[in-house]
Amino acid sequence: MAKKRIGQQTFSFESGVRVISSAAVGGPKEGEGILHSELDRIYPDNYAGQESWEKAEQKMMEDAVEMAIKKISLSNDQIDIFLAGDLLNQNISASFTARTHQIPLMGMFGACSASMLTLTTGAMMVEAGFCDIAVVAASSHNSTAERQYRYPTEYGGQKPDTAQWTVTGSGAGVLGTKGSGPRVRFATIGKVVDMGLKNPFDMGSAMAPAAVDTIEAHLNDTGNQPHDYDLIVTGDLASVGHPIATDLLADRGYNMGKNFRDCGLMIYREDQQSFAGGSGCASSALVVYSHLIDEMKRGKLSRVMVVATGALMNPVTYQQGESIPCVAHAVTLEMD
Amino acid sequence: MKMTDTDHKQKTNSQQEKEQKDYQEFAGKYRPKPKVLINCLKAFLIGGLICDLGQLVQIMYIKWFDFAPDRAGDPTVATLIFLSCLLTGLGIYDEIGQWAGAGSAVPVTGFANSISSAALEHYTEGYVLGVGGNMFKLAGSVIVWGTVSAFVVGVIRTLITMMT
Amino acid sequence: MGSFLTAFIIGGLICVIGQILLDLTPLTPAHVLSGMVVFGAILSGFDLYQPLIEFAGAGATVPITSFGHSLVKGALQEARTDGLIGVLSGIFEVTSAGISSAIIFGFFTAVIFRPKG
Repeated sequence: MAKKRIGQQTFSFESGVRVISSAAVGGPKEGEGILHSELDRIYPDNYAGQESWEKAEQKMMEDAVEMAIKKISLSNDQIDIFLAGDLLNQNISASFTARTHQIPLMGMFGACSASMLTLTTGAMMVEAGFCDIAVVAASSHNSTAERQYRYPTEYGGQKPDTAQWTVTGSGAGVLGTKGSGPRVRFATIGKVVDMGLKNPFDMGSAMAPAAVDTIEAHLNDTGNQPHDYDLIVTGDLASVGHPIATDLLADRGYNMGKNFRDCGLMIYREDQQSFAGGSGCASSALVVYSHLIDEMKRGKLSRVMVVATGALMNPVTYQQGESIPCVAHAVTLEMD
Repeated sequence: MKMTDTDHKQKTNSQQEKEQKDYQEFAGKYRPKPKVLINCLKAFLIGGLICDLGQLVQIMYIKWFDFAPDRAGDPTVATLIFLSCLLTGLGIYDEIGQWAGAGSAVPVTGFANSISSAALEHYTEGYVLGVGGNMFKLAGSVIVWGTVSAFVVGVIRTLITMMT
Repeated sequence: MGSFLTAFIIGGLICVIGQILLDLTPLTPAHVLSGMVVFGAILSGFDLYQPLIEFAGAGATVPITSFGHSLVKGALQEARTDGLIGVLSGIFEVTSAGISSAIIFGFFTAVIFRPKG
């Protein structure tokens, strides 16, 4: 058996890989929301001074990465690897950001689970000694996602209440062994779960079983119980998917209690129209790389599990009648 | 051996299907039901108002611009389409659409919105491949299905007339 | 020609049919609108759409169902003089104002405005 794997699916990090710096940026709507005072930069409009939505998303990722690196006075050439993912075809936001910053890139796709997928992989590379410092990032943009997955942004289609609002912004973390910050303790890479759901305007119900599967595996492998955590957050299950996950876990004997929350419900205020809640790579990235890591550093949280969920479909598979395969990756962060 | 293998596989497939079906039923309970009645009232109101706007514009063309009643349809439709494109460009039509649903999608203004919103969205890919190539991305299906069905209806009617 | 009242009621009701299909079936807006156009063409084939226009005026000409009707109307008008080939040549005769104005105004929308997101 592999030395650093425990149980079936979980990696155990022993050498003290930490998130030594992080930054998160958001659009104007995110800036008006709950994270208002915790985001590192809020853009006055969704174009972020660029000509197109795609360039705007790229700019946001560039800024998040740059700020995360500068916060601990590093320069780009001290970074060994850049792991990033987004929702756009061929992962363009990640690749184009790497073109700007000139850091060796490994582009990763995991749909909205990209935040924890990149964090896990980055931590593994540092743990294994391939890198001293890795930067991980994820981004999404409401308008690029609308245009790619749904309709033109000015199209007057009506969305149902189960729809979610793709979060505009990007979050980035710097991983290393020297420095302070929450330790990456465990990571569980999820199996792809498909319960046969087909409605692209109801991702919460499609993704909930994947989150449950990964959380169960994580708890089984580590031997932890939900109450051992100060907080367990899912990435973007929102107001439909999160209660489903809570009840499914209860069925399996895990009482999640009050410390089980969802990042998609921690970004927008109630009076902001976001349908069922936030979604997209930036949903978990924004919450983790601003609010949660700040709270851990302030000593308010000491052990947190983040379970980022992703729907692995594209408009072609959906139009061809395929159901929506989903995945979730979980990372446990600890403050010591 | 082979037989039992396939048997086993079929069994797990049907088990999996049952599991999926059970979950879909379970998840359905958490899904907020669409507020059909309210949505229909909103659609009725906005749809009716857009049609009344059409009626008003048509009367204006007949009274003030001396169009014959059976020729006033063309400028009326063009005017409504102009207004819809303007509201789309100003970023207002999608807000109306979220409130009114089919009330603003079914009238010809919704057709114009599907064309202008696609054109607007794709301008970053250039005026030829972006605007030109994507303009009918959404409206194309309406034109294709309308044309094919009108062709079938037209041929049938014409053949019936020819035979009688 | 219809009155404001009949136009409001018939136009509103056609939209309600669309809303019910959107809310209660898994059909996308494109499916629903295409279906309504086909429905208009079929009604027209049975000579039922023209009476609806007489009754409701813009309430019947503004909804997308009238697009199907106008396509059939153009096809049949031309077919009366030219036979079957008239179906092909006449199909866009009545609707050309709608389609060309949508293309032209749609194009200039893209020239003048930028999407707000």
